[in-house]
Amino acid sequence: MISFEMPDEIRERVDLVRGVARELMRPAAREFDEREHEIPWDFVTRMWDLSLKTGQSFRSGTRRDGAGVAAQALVHVIETLSWGDAGIYLCGPGAGLGGAAIEATGTAEQKQRFLTRYREGPPKWACMAMTEPHCGSDTAAIRTTAVRDGESWVLNGEKIFVTTGHKALVDSEGLMVVWATIDPAAGRAGMKPFVVEAGTPGVRVTKLERKMGIRASDTASVVLENCRIPAANLLGSAEVSDPRKGFKGAMATFDATRPSVAASALGIARATVELLKELLALQGIEVRYDRPRHLLTAIERDLLDMETQLRAAWLLTLKAAWMMDKGLPNTLESSMCKVKAGDVVTRVTQKGVELMGPLGYSRELPFEKWMRDAKINDLFEGTGQINRLVIARRILGYSSRELK
Amino acid sequence: MFGFEPSDEQKTLVKSVRRFAARELRPLAHDSDERGELPGALLESAAPLALLPASLPEAYGGFGQRSAVTGALFAEELAWGDLSGALALLAPGLVALPVLLAGTEAQKHELLPAFCGEGYVPASAALLEPRADFDPRVLQARARRVSGGYVLEGTKCNVPFAAEAEWMLVYASVEGESRAFLVRRGTDGLHVGEREQNMGLRALPLYKVELRGCVVSSALCLGGEGGGVEAVLGASRVALAALAVGQARAAYDYALDYAKSRVAFGEAIAQRQAIAFMLAEMATEIEAARLLVWEAAWTLDQGADGTRECLLAKTFADEMVLAATDRAVQILGGHGYIRDHPVEMWLRNGRAFAVMEGIAIV
Ligand SMILES: Cc1cc2nc3c(=O)[nH]c(=O)nc-3n(C[C@H](O)[C@H](O)[C@H](O)COP(=O)(O)OP(=O)(O)OC[C@H]3O[C@@H](n4cnc5c(N)ncnc54)[C@H](O)[C@@H]3O)c2cc1C
Repeated sequence: MISFEMPDEIRERVDLVRGVARELMRPAAREFDEREHEIPWDFVTRMWDLSLKTGQSFRSGTRRDGAGVAAQALVHVIETLSWGDAGIYLCGPGAGLGGAAIEATGTAEQKQRFLTRYREGPPKWACMAMTEPHCGSDTAAIRTTAVRDGESWVLNGEKIFVTTGHKALVDSEGLMVVWATIDPAAGRAGMKPFVVEAGTPGVRVTKLERKMGIRASDTASVVLENCRIPAANLLGSAEVSDPRKGFKGAMATFDATRPSVAASALGIARATVELLKELLALQGIEVRYDRPRHLLTAIERDLLDMETQLRAAWLLTLKAAWMMDKGLPNTLESSMCKVKAGDVVTRVTQKGVELMGPLGYSRELPFEKWMRDAKINDLFEGTGQINRLVIARRILGYSSRELK
Repeated sequence: MFGFEPSDEQKTLVKSVRRFAARELRPLAHDSDERGELPGALLESAAPLALLPASLPEAYGGFGQRSAVTGALFAEELAWGDLSGALALLAPGLVALPVLLAGTEAQKHELLPAFCGEGYVPASAALLEPRADFDPRVLQARARRVSGGYVLEGTKCNVPFAAEAEWMLVYASVEGESRAFLVRRGTDGLHVGEREQNMGLRALPLYKVELRGCVVSSALCLGGEGGGVEAVLGASRVALAALAVGQARAAYDYALDYAKSRVAFGEAIAQRQAIAFMLAEMATEIEAARLLVWEAAWTLDQGADGTRECLLAKTFADEMVLAATDRAVQILGGHGYIRDHPVEMWLRNGRAFAVMEGIAIV
């Protein structure tokens, strides 16, 4: 069936977080942007209580729910929270990207062992570390190694740009999923995900990045020095037979999380369009929806195009999430929504600054902040180019060797 | 629940229209465009698809129910085959669907059964006017009230099948408000002018139409005294946006196949990112446009006011189809500019969407 009827389960979940976005996020957005890296505890506690009370995760989305709308609900929730503030949203407690990796690659026992903590006790975070100083897009080039020693794996290497790395490893009893190679000669097949729990000797957060936007969110460098973890912390299996197996887990993680990134992007874009329309209306500028395009002013066209592009990107995002809930392979759709949302949010927010003139550029209004926050969505979890590559390979039926 | 999958019934329909488009429309599109004429047997050959009867309720001679979503799926497939042919096949709907959507009971009983037979019933709509500031809500064609009816005055352009149409839905302003009138062939004061010579849509017979003292009775004002055209304009936007998706998909499919087989510098051009990324973007934009069309059509099917959704769908699709068809030409390079390949025709056709309104309805 083709239908755009929002189910009650989703409406209720959005209602739960809309107040949080309006009351705890929007008013605090500027403050946490300027203080950089400070934990917004009011928000964190509220979200943690909400997730304990409702049994829902507001971060990672691979867990099924009874109604079969978990992923669709999640993109709605993330869009709403990011409308509040994208930087603060990224500070939200829960299993997040690390949890998504565990869901995508772990055994049932591992999911139980590692994820139960996110349903009890004080707030906790999880992070995922793939990127290294010398490689980002080219994930197969990672150098962090894992060597088997009796009943342990010993990890060595350096990871950078780990979102919520500090919160997961230092501020809470959380964990990090770290990608390392168990066989540097095997390329992608040697890549495996390991769980490093907070407090494990040999893991250190060495730096927090200072960024253009999403400043409330911590972006950590993590060094692993003879970091010894139980053998059972290797997610999935240690087999290196199938040349694509290790990598597949990473890709499955991204299939699940790219729609979330797209949703966050579109929350920022909606915030921008709404405030723009509100403020321009005070100057008597309003889109005349009943007039044909060729008779509209340039600003009206800009606004109409923003709304159009925003809706287009949102429907792609919703479809990618819907496919996930249906258990359908959604690699293509996930990359499509990520590409589109990344483009739309950067264009919309950059235009937002332009249309408001000096007010748009001023830190008194949120437009400049939204533009700074927006750009990350075209960069992390696969840059715009990398996601275009994913799409192109799918539609052309090419391998990564045929289309580099 | 949200849903992004056509029903089984819709899938079956899409399959048969797709087959029809591939067999009957696509192979003849090039020659029809060159000759400026639709393929002779085309209009009759589509009868088995039962375009309109399936949209009209039994009370008016049909056997189904209108669904804008189904109509949009249908239109996309036809346009994939050929846009001129698609518009020709949908033309009877230019009268039948507005009557169904906005007509009075009497108008429905009088007009609709004729569209439920076996044959193709030529029908038409005259909305567009030859001026740069055309606005369907501020028409220059006027309908003056006289006793028992209206007198129509004005100039219309791009009126399909104007010469053959049994009925033509003529849009004109009544005291500043857009209304529509059912004008029968041969009515005094309805003058069919020259055939239009356009950049694209060359196979589709489009005409100028002059209205000079054309008298129509009140009973033929669509929807009677209080009748409006908003619902019709919305349905027309969805239809055009759906056709744009089909046109763009044709260009995308063709360019993708070409890019995989054309070799330059030792490998297929599709193996270069400059080409592959264009294709990736085309695929993404086409999918986005399709979802906007579905949402708009679904909103109409709920009986809700879909003005905004229809506007967004058309706004997006107009731009998208131009970009997609342009890129298809670009991907074929110089060969794309040569009329032996269809992509240049699709680019010429694609530009029509930004300037057309009201020439298709689903
Ligand atoms: C704030 C922030 C948070 C992050 N969070 C995390 C996290 O939690 N976990 C994690 O593991 N990583 C994280 N990252 C890292 C992020 O995913 C990478 O920065 C990103 O994947 C790009 O890698 P790179 O920066 O090394 O750029 P590079 O890979 O060096 O790319 C540079 C440029 O080249 C382009 N390029 C590269 N390869 C190709 C190709 N084959 N074809 C075409 N173009 C290409 C890229 O698109 C880009 O434009 C984060 C980054 C930031 C900034």
